Amino acid sequence: MTWTEVFTDYTLRNVALGSAILGVVSGVLGTFAVLRRQGLAGDALAHAALPGICLAYLATGSKAAPVLMLGAALAGWVGMVILIGFLRRTRVDPGSALAIVLTTFFGFGVVLLTVVQKRPDAGQAGLDKFLFGQAAALVQDQVVLMAGLSVVVLVLIAALFKEFKVFVFDVDYARTLGLPTGRLGALLTALLVIAIVIGLNTVGDVLMSAMLVAPAAAARQWTESLGRMILLAAGFGATAGIFGALWSVSQDHTPTGPAIVLILSLLVVVSLLFGSSRGWVWERVRRHRQSGVGA
Amino acid sequence: MSGALAIALVAIVAGASCGLAGVFLVLRRLAMMSDAISHAILPGLVAGYFFARGPNLIAAFLGATAAGVLTVFLVETIVRMRRLKEDAAIGLVFPALFAIGVLLVSRYFANVHLDTDAVLYGEIALAPFDTWNVAGRNLGPQSLWVLAGLGLLNAGFLYLFFKELKLSTFDPGLAEILGFRPGLLHYSFMTIIAMTTVGAFSAVGAILAVALIVIPAVTASFWTTRLPVVIVLSIGIGAFAGLLGYGAATAIDVSISGAIATTLGLLVGGSALFAPRTGFVAQALLRRRQRWAFAATALVIHLAHHRGTDAEVEESRLDHLQAELGWSSDEVNRIVRESEEAGWTIREGDRLVLTETGARAAAGRLVADRA
Repeated sequence: MTWTEVFTDYTLRNVALGSAILGVVSGVLGTFAVLRRQGLAGDALAHAALPGICLAYLATGSKAAPVLMLGAALAGWVGMVILIGFLRRTRVDPGSALAIVLTTFFGFGVVLLTVVQKRPDAGQAGLDKFLFGQAAALVQDQVVLMAGLSVVVLVLIAALFKEFKVFVFDVDYARTLGLPTGRLGALLTALLVIAIVIGLNTVGDVLMSAMLVAPAAAARQWTESLGRMILLAAGFGATAGIFGALWSVSQDHTPTGPAIVLILSLLVVVSLLFGSSRGWVWERVRRHRQSGVGA
Repeated sequence: MSGALAIALVAIVAGASCGLAGVFLVLRRLAMMSDAISHAILPGLVAGYFFARGPNLIAAFLGATAAGVLTVFLVETIVRMRRLKEDAAIGLVFPALFAIGVLLVSRYFANVHLDTDAVLYGEIALAPFDTWNVAGRNLGPQSLWVLAGLGLLNAGFLYLFFKELKLSTFDPGLAEILGFRPGLLHYSFMTIIAMTTVGAFSAVGAILAVALIVIPAVTASFWTTRLPVVIVLSIGIGAFAGLLGYGAATAIDVSISGAIATTLGLLVGGSALFAPRTGFVAQALLRRRQRWAFAATALVIHLAHHRGTDAEVEESRLDHLQAELGWSSDEVNRIVRESEEAGWTIREGDRLVLTETGARAAAGRLVADRA
């Protein structure tokens, strides 16, 4: 097999393209999530999608990707609203609030799954697979849908870049500028939910948090500028997506999601150690030199 | 022991043991660590399988616990490098470990039944089939004994180190100054949390394990602020949710683990809404009451300010108040009623007159604010 098959082989092309698209979108939105300290929200919302997927199927009887994605997105949105309710109106700490939303939604989803399974039609088989990711089974229609959604996400981010930038770094300042901070936050959350839904049937709910956090965390070590951080994160995400897809297709028994996440994890480790802006090694060297002066 | 009784008992004991373990985890704001551990133990299970050359309960338990402690260590190492915040560190570490686990399973154990979906769901309904037999006698489900043992371990640890845990949770700085070893204590505590998560995970699945550890403690803290009461309540809520969830699941024939998690969610949601004083409704009512009470105080201060001056008649007219204090006429009516009920003012024609109580309230409030 040669690398040119990325363009010619149907399966490989879909998997690589789908993973690359996911990498770009989750890299961009992960940057905002990490800066807003919502790194784990992705994990909670990805799990919260399960009841939405089940209800969408129960309501329509359809297993079409757009239907299930819509259900997943709605459930994720409701989960986020409840999460924010806990954080604003109670003294529950963010970690506990996340754990509550994650486990309750997922548990309710599992209950619904058993309800779905009791229905006489056999069409429900594999409904849960939607949540666990199966990049290798991506078909062209899904990739086109993912591409369409990600274009919407990226255009919105580009159009509102200045507003989002102020909002992420200094909410109070954004408010004094007269920006609609409530709506900006809601929009950013909605875009995050879209990224998660795209990720669900590619890498699955468990690995989704790495897709959001890892590219941003790696990018952060190389730059102090938001614009560059977003571009870098998108680049890291896309690179990991493509190479993860290649790795998994070229070797037996290598699922795509874990392959992508392991490449991303490697990128994070390298960046943490050698990142040009905040690399741990450079700081050690600097400290060593400084202590050497006095001796 | 009948199957139904066995499952119900496992659910109750799992709830009680996890509920106990979760109290300090939640207080230390580490709830998501249990979620991270519950996913990251997969490579540990594989390692246990590898070293024992087959399925072995003890090897699996040790491997999984080691992976859980490794998760804690990796997250804290990253946080200590001061490059990433804790949420990002957690969000990186457990997917990486989970990914390694999935890769190992699909590479080397593709023929072994170690389904990653089942890892997440858990199936408590299988509990009665895995019994513990000693000298030919059936002692009931294995997971029941494991969970009960873990409950005792947690209780023992809490009993021995209650003071230390309390101090290092509420005032870590003081704990260090007093010569406690917060690091050692923390890792001992997290090891026990990892063991509890592993034990619960094997009985009820990863997601329910996290629900059982986190939610009872959070629910309890809506109802009381006294730590010993929180602990007892948390155990009770865990056990109660286990029983109730089991009952509901069998009544409508759905997943037991899912039903217990849903029950826990309803309990904490109900508490968040309706708990006295800390609940959403109580807080909203309190805010509203405070708003009117504050307005009434502003009113009597205004009246007291102009009492005995030439402008008194003008300043105390109802229609003047509207303009002066920026209230609508509805608001003025409501606020005047508030102050009349408190006995602070009485109406005289279109004027408001301060009573002695009202004057004292205004003066008292001014002094209190100045102090």
